[in-house]
Amino acid sequence: MTAKTTSAVETSLAHLPQVHEPRNPGTALDLDRIASLQANTSAIERRAATLPGRRSVKKEYQAAWLLRAITLIDLTTLSGDDTEGRVSRLCAKAAHPVRDDILKALGMDPITTGAVCVYHEMIPTAVAALQGTGIPVAAVSTGFPAGLSPFHLRLAEIEESVKIGAKEIDIVISRRHVLTQNWQALYDEMKAFRAACGEAHIKAILATGELGTLRNVARASWVCMMAGADFIKTSTGKESVNATLPVSLTMIRAIRAYHESTGYRVGYKPAGGISKAKDAVTYLTLIKDELGDRWLRPDLFRFGASSLLGDIERQLEHHVTGRYSAANRHPIG
Amino acid sequence: MTVLEAFKSMDYGLAPESDAEALAWIAGRNAKFGHFINGEFTEPRKLFQTCNPATAKVLAQVSAGAKKDVDAAVEAANAAQPSWEAMGGSARSRYLYALARLVQKNSRLLSVLETLDNGKSIRETRDIDIPLVARHFYYHAGWARLLKSEFPGYEAAGVAGQIIPWNFPLLMLAWKVAPALAAGNTVVLKPAEYTPLTSLCFAEICQQAGLPKGVVNIVTGAGDTGALVAGHKKIDKVAFTGSSTVGRIIRQQTAGKGKKLTLELGGKSPFIVFEDADIDGAVEGLVDAIWFNQGQVCCAGSRLLMQESIAEQMLQKIKVRMDKLRVGNPMDKSIDMGAIVDPVQKQRIAELVDVGVKEGAEIYQCAASLPTDGCYYPPTLLSSVEPAMRVAQEEIFGPVLVAMTFRTPAEAVELANNTRYGLAASVWTENINLSLDIAPQVKAGIVWINSTNLFDAAAGFGGYRESGYGREGGREGMFEYLKPSFLKTLTAAKPSKTSAFTKVSAPNSVDRTRKLYVGGKQARPDGGYDRAVLDPSGKTVGQVGEGNRKDIRNAVEAASNAKSWATTTGHARAQILYYIAENLSARASEFAATLKSMTGDSHTKEVDTSIDRLFCYGAWADKFDGAVHQVPIRGVALAMNEPIGVIGIACPNEAPLLSFISLVAPAIALGNRVVALPSQDHPLAATDFYQVLETSDLPGGVLNIVTGDQDLLTKTLSEHAGVDALWHFGSANSAEAVELASIINLKQTWVAGGKARNWFDEAQSEGREFLRHASQVKNIWVPYGE
Repeated sequence: MTAKTTSAVETSLAHLPQVHEPRNPGTALDLDRIASLQANTSAIERRAATLPGRRSVKKEYQAAWLLRAITLIDLTTLSGDDTEGRVSRLCAKAAHPVRDDILKALGMDPITTGAVCVYHEMIPTAVAALQGTGIPVAAVSTGFPAGLSPFHLRLAEIEESVKIGAKEIDIVISRRHVLTQNWQALYDEMKAFRAACGEAHIKAILATGELGTLRNVARASWVCMMAGADFIKTSTGKESVNATLPVSLTMIRAIRAYHESTGYRVGYKPAGGISKAKDAVTYLTLIKDELGDRWLRPDLFRFGASSLLGDIERQLEHHVTGRYSAANRHPIG
Repeated sequence: MTVLEAFKSMDYGLAPESDAEALAWIAGRNAKFGHFINGEFTEPRKLFQTCNPATAKVLAQVSAGAKKDVDAAVEAANAAQPSWEAMGGSARSRYLYALARLVQKNSRLLSVLETLDNGKSIRETRDIDIPLVARHFYYHAGWARLLKSEFPGYEAAGVAGQIIPWNFPLLMLAWKVAPALAAGNTVVLKPAEYTPLTSLCFAEICQQAGLPKGVVNIVTGAGDTGALVAGHKKIDKVAFTGSSTVGRIIRQQTAGKGKKLTLELGGKSPFIVFEDADIDGAVEGLVDAIWFNQGQVCCAGSRLLMQESIAEQMLQKIKVRMDKLRVGNPMDKSIDMGAIVDPVQKQRIAELVDVGVKEGAEIYQCAASLPTDGCYYPPTLLSSVEPAMRVAQEEIFGPVLVAMTFRTPAEAVELANNTRYGLAASVWTENINLSLDIAPQVKAGIVWINSTNLFDAAAGFGGYRESGYGREGGREGMFEYLKPSFLKTLTAAKPSKTSAFTKVSAPNSVDRTRKLYVGGKQARPDGGYDRAVLDPSGKTVGQVGEGNRKDIRNAVEAASNAKSWATTTGHARAQILYYIAENLSARASEFAATLKSMTGDSHTKEVDTSIDRLFCYGAWADKFDGAVHQVPIRGVALAMNEPIGVIGIACPNEAPLLSFISLVAPAIALGNRVVALPSQDHPLAATDFYQVLETSDLPGGVLNIVTGDQDLLTKTLSEHAGVDALWHFGSANSAEAVELASIINLKQTWVAGGKARNWFDEAQSEGREFLRHASQVKNIWVPYGE
């Protein structure tokens, strides 16, 4: 990246996420590679367990990292009782995630979250609410969360969502293909999803809590990247186990190796269960140390989270005032 | 730095731990420390400085222990020992528990103090060192409570002199002090001169715990103070962790003094990565193996052995990982590697790396910039290293990894074992068959499967070969601070009568000359001479070969070649021992007659007991089980009792057949091969035994018997680098020579010091004590989980 484009990224970053990477076109399915993948659970767990103790971010840096984390959030509502009103409120929060007085005190320009993530039916509301903010609308798709509706309907769902304005599509894979080690089927499915997305970016949700082993997580990550995923994502938020550090380590090591062998950068999105500012910093540390700074930008990293923002806001106010904050002092989303 | 700038750069910034409380603690003692003797601090005298290696600033002045300080400390420890032991394990466990609690309570102060004094990162002292210190005191509080029921027939060794290194200052204190106190010993501890502060802080903790005066004494100083401790005649047990060079000096210094000794010395531990390993996991393992504590770790995985097919890929991944390492102020909470303990050490590291590069190694150093002040050395990788290079053989004791490749599992084992050391090893593979095949083959006291540098009080730590002997931690570690209670009742053995021999030209005129027994065959002595065996009246009753150096050489070679005995099943070894017993039984009257001809007494009982003893070890051959230690991981630590290898045994005169069998049988029962030197005065008991062996299916080379001048033969055996252990039950004057000569390859020694056991008393002459000497514990850590 040249110095000029770097500065362009820096200037724009505080305002809106932009995609600068060439999209991952995918590769042929390399079954030998898939078969050779290893993931030693206890070694991965040790790295994950010691990581929070290896890095600590304090003072201005802590505030800066938390602000960065906000720009990486896919602010999400995925509930059966979502209404237009609820989604509009969420979108308003996405466009103004931090109180102006706090931002001013921190010497920051306005920032937004990375995206808003909703069900298909809520796309029009979100698109309208985010008009002019530059914040993309992401839609979960393909029979989310189980992914067991008819295949042609899953493809159609993607197409419909893209047609009405979703810029990002979070698909769910068929877990049964992983559990039966049917990599060809997973690859074909993923490729079809990618094709249906067209220009919209595709995030492949692995539902790692249902894949049984980290080895399966590594293999599914690779197959999805080979089939052209722009992002790989841990979970729907509906499984009993969602994003964890060991799963994240397994997936980002796959992303790193994929980049080493193809030159393409695939994004990463942990989702579900990340609700504390401290957790967000730990995740960013993991990304920085295992993947590198380039991945600390919204085109390559997102948090799938709904309550994380609230905790970050309170931490930022504490940074500014030196006093602990309370939830009711920050507008809800 | 503004928030916006940090937002753009996403750097870590600084996250320093506060040193205020620790500096205040030092200042509160006027930054001058005396020794801790008999529960009180002495006046600071003969001061030397201890510095912060990260800043080169002086932290405090500490007293250099002189003879009178060491004398006073040893005196206090001796005075305190009887009542400390007599109060019982239950009462002692309360004190150990109190120490554990106080360490936890003061953990932040201790962590910061350790980082200031040593230069290692606050993350390590806070998350690893100090929690393990507390863990050791808790664990050993438990052994104190269980001592009576779990170690019947044992008592405290007495006063322990403990000399510890600077790389894990307080942790090494805990490893030594906790088991010693649990077992009822009192201690005189000498911390390293670079890092005395946490030991002195611990002294205050002892005061707070109300530990009786004199139970723990701490004398600071350099090597000469350590020598005063190790050499003190009222020290019963010496425990040392440090360099192999100093370990040898201590072995020499304590030779023949009847002191128990454990040495935990250097290493050049292999880190073996097979092609089916989780390479990213292994690379992260390397960070914990060689860039932990700046590589200043005796068990550091410093020799990377990679299967050829993955070598290139792995080296690339290592370099990428190295560039992410952060080196700098150890008080910063985002630092991976802190300062080297002293400029002297840094200089040595740099010199060895230069040698490696000159010899053709490719060097890669971490991209991170180093602080300009303070004592730092970057994480370093030397690849294209050959075993013949110095950097592949010598312990560098710094953040320097040397990388080599192998083709097959067999070659991996060969390279792994191609070292004088044998402390630890890591084995990385996803194949359980492979890992469990490699672990027993690697000569190392600790093997970590798909992991590295895991430590716990419940698992013994200690090495094979020149990495030392003895274990710290686990049940096995407790024995290092205990001794059998009967030892104090033993009386001096009668000296041998026939120390000189009359040369008798071969062939001789008496009926039958017993030859030597080497490699399963009777062999004429190399020198071509025989010696007469006399009865009590001085009459010749037979002749035996006069063995010499070359006969010892041949016997050791035969023993070395009989390797497969070590992997013969216990079941098969048991059958052979039973068979030997059966064949001896068939010739019982003949043996009784031979014994009578030599000693003049009736010996039916000795032959019967000998047969019974063979049965005893036939029974043990498949029952001396290891253990599964309860370590705090999801996994197991398998403590395997492995044979030591080739054991030289010098047998006593008393009960010549029974003592010979009592010593040889446990050794071979566990898979060792033996070169036995039979009773000096009554060797016919052993030489007649050849015929029993020849009819009993014992593979050639497992037991070799060389007669002659026992002291002379013992000397050759003790100096032989191919002998792994030496048991000396011969003359008192030879015991010192045995311990002195053992430094050649740091062989384990077991000397009776001229004391006679009652070989008819089972409590003194058979069982676990013998089996423990015949084995060494290998702890294999197997974390699991898919």
